Amino acid sequence: MKIAFPIMGNSYIAFKQLIKEMGHEPVVEPMISAKTMSLGVAYSPEFACIPFKILLGSYLEAIEKGAEVIITSGGHGPCRAGYYGILHQKIIQDLGYDTKVVVFDSFTRNIGDYIRKLNWLLTQGKTSWWKFYKGLQKVWLKIKVLDELEILSHNIRPYEINKGETTKVYKKCLELVDETKNKSQILEAKDACIKMLKNISQDRSRKPLKIGVVGEIYVLIEPFANLDIQATLGEMGVYTERSMYLAHWLRENSNKSHHEKDVIEAAQPYLREKIGGHGINSIGETIMYAKRGFDGIIQMAPFSCIPEIVAKGILPRISQDNGIPVMTVFLDEQTGKAGLETRLEAFADLLKQRRDGRLLKAY
Amino acid sequence: MGNIKIGFPRALFYYAYYPFWYAFFSELGFEVVASSPTTKYSLDLGVQETVNDACLPIKLYHGHVAELKDKVDIIFMPRMVRVRKMETEVFCPKFLGLPDMIRNSIEGLPRIIDERVDLSKGLFPVWKLCQSVAKQLDKSGVIVWRSYKKARRCQNEFHRYLVRGIPVEEAINAVVTGQSCQKKEEYETDIDLAILGYPYLIYDSFVNVGLFDKLGEMGIKPWTVEMVPPERLEKQGKYLSKSLFWHFSNRTIRSTLYYLHEKKVDGIIHVTAFGCGPDAMVDKLMELETKNTGKLPFMTLSLDELTGEAGILTRIEAFVDMLRLRRKKNENSISHHG
Repeated sequence: MKIAFPIMGNSYIAFKQLIKEMGHEPVVEPMISAKTMSLGVAYSPEFACIPFKILLGSYLEAIEKGAEVIITSGGHGPCRAGYYGILHQKIIQDLGYDTKVVVFDSFTRNIGDYIRKLNWLLTQGKTSWWKFYKGLQKVWLKIKVLDELEILSHNIRPYEINKGETTKVYKKCLELVDETKNKSQILEAKDACIKMLKNISQDRSRKPLKIGVVGEIYVLIEPFANLDIQATLGEMGVYTERSMYLAHWLRENSNKSHHEKDVIEAAQPYLREKIGGHGINSIGETIMYAKRGFDGIIQMAPFSCIPEIVAKGILPRISQDNGIPVMTVFLDEQTGKAGLETRLEAFADLLKQRRDGRLLKAY
Repeated sequence: MGNIKIGFPRALFYYAYYPFWYAFFSELGFEVVASSPTTKYSLDLGVQETVNDACLPIKLYHGHVAELKDKVDIIFMPRMVRVRKMETEVFCPKFLGLPDMIRNSIEGLPRIIDERVDLSKGLFPVWKLCQSVAKQLDKSGVIVWRSYKKARRCQNEFHRYLVRGIPVEEAINAVVTGQSCQKKEEYETDIDLAILGYPYLIYDSFVNVGLFDKLGEMGIKPWTVEMVPPERLEKQGKYLSKSLFWHFSNRTIRSTLYYLHEKKVDGIIHVTAFGCGPDAMVDKLMELETKNTGKLPFMTLSLDELTGEAGILTRIEAFVDMLRLRRKKNENSISHHG
């Protein structure tokens, strides 16, 4: 069968392989573009968040390419994302397609349903559970490698001497990883990529500003949705760290990592309830970045994202208490790159002046 | 002790649970003060205090709290989490984080009681909730039990009024003052419209610019979420492959299904707030369900802080004209009510 799945950052490279391991044909092309966005916007509710619209657009494009099944993750709220699959299915049906959306809800809550759906996919693909298990290990490794390479690229970019070089090399790295098929190839590609990235000529004497990027998972991970904010900042000479990567999230969803507990604890004085999505994380991570001496925080969220609006309402107090500037960027289909860049430059300037002032006082 | 004032903002869950808390606190010996009905002033206060991306109802809640804060000793602001025995049905995330939002945006607040309301687990969760609230007010013993019983009685009475189609404010008034509710003289109506949405929009007559009176004048009989018999409402869940995650949203979508499948109406109007997160999903679902099941006319009325009376009126008039035309067309062949 031809199977499509949600595209989020570079993870498509790993998920593509997952579909192949199941014995199906993945539909990934075309990648998210302005056309995807306008398709999604046309058929989505006006106030749905940007991930909903982008995903719907990409599903519709995949259907044009012949996708018969769409696999996606579910959820149990209160974030709207948990209901995406159902509503996507209804809208796709209403448009007259018979493509099926298969939603995988949380494994622990509905194990029977999970296994039944997986079994159906494997039977259709004539793949045994054992073969699938082996494949899954490779895919998991790939996800981790992809995240590692992305983090490395963000660490190097603010130091690069030739502007734009890191992005070029990183693209090559993605291609390399994309070509790998088994464990040894993945590891080999990883080593080669790390070497390539480290070989970028850098000026290590720079003292870049440090900005923590927090917010909603989809817009943090998908560069099309966040207008490539981390690369933009990196090329402005700002070091960024982001609170959310796919491997990290998947791990958290299976069992609570140590980090997640710290984040929730840090948020306690300001927010005592889990509000769905990553609202509490935005609060907790902000406090933790502040404690680690970051110069500023950028909160990224889709326009109308409920948990992040609550977080935004609380962040000014945290900014005051911890002495860390926070800028919130709500993204929607109208957000333009030039406008965002201007805001980022102004924010970085402000942070720089603040830091210089502090340093002067210290002498 | 009698003069300690407990404030209750007239917004959000006020429209669903005020009679309960009013009875509980007054029986415990406190004076309960609700903020005055929404005005331009409370709205402006709210817009000033709230994070700008919040929806209208949340801004209104902030406004009502700001208006109350200097008039009372304690503000009761429960953190509404779950009210049914369902793990996955919570309130909108903005309700979940409401006390935290208020604390971090409004200055000079009096004492706040933000008891967590989670009735999904355990035995007698409401009684336990009441005990816990009473404890924070230094009350214990038999008086708490008596207040609890009274509160439950009042809340049940309130629900009985609602099912009969008494508007919320009148029902609250009747329960609170202990007078029986006089049914207002009825308008002569020829069209049944389901007016569905969250109680804090449907029944705040400032926000919805006096919707119900206007409907009556136009000869429309409104049917609301609260008028669906509770046991019938519950049954509608079967039409949904997966329940929504939000309490009020589930009520709205289920009553939509009820008016599509059981109690036939001539059309459905969804009243929603500009920027409401859950409603982005609910509205689309309602639209698709109405289209697929009942082939009924459907309209969405979106309210925001700039909503003008004339605009709303024009839209409803157009909708109703369309319904009457439709009926005329059908009359020649088959009667609309089958």
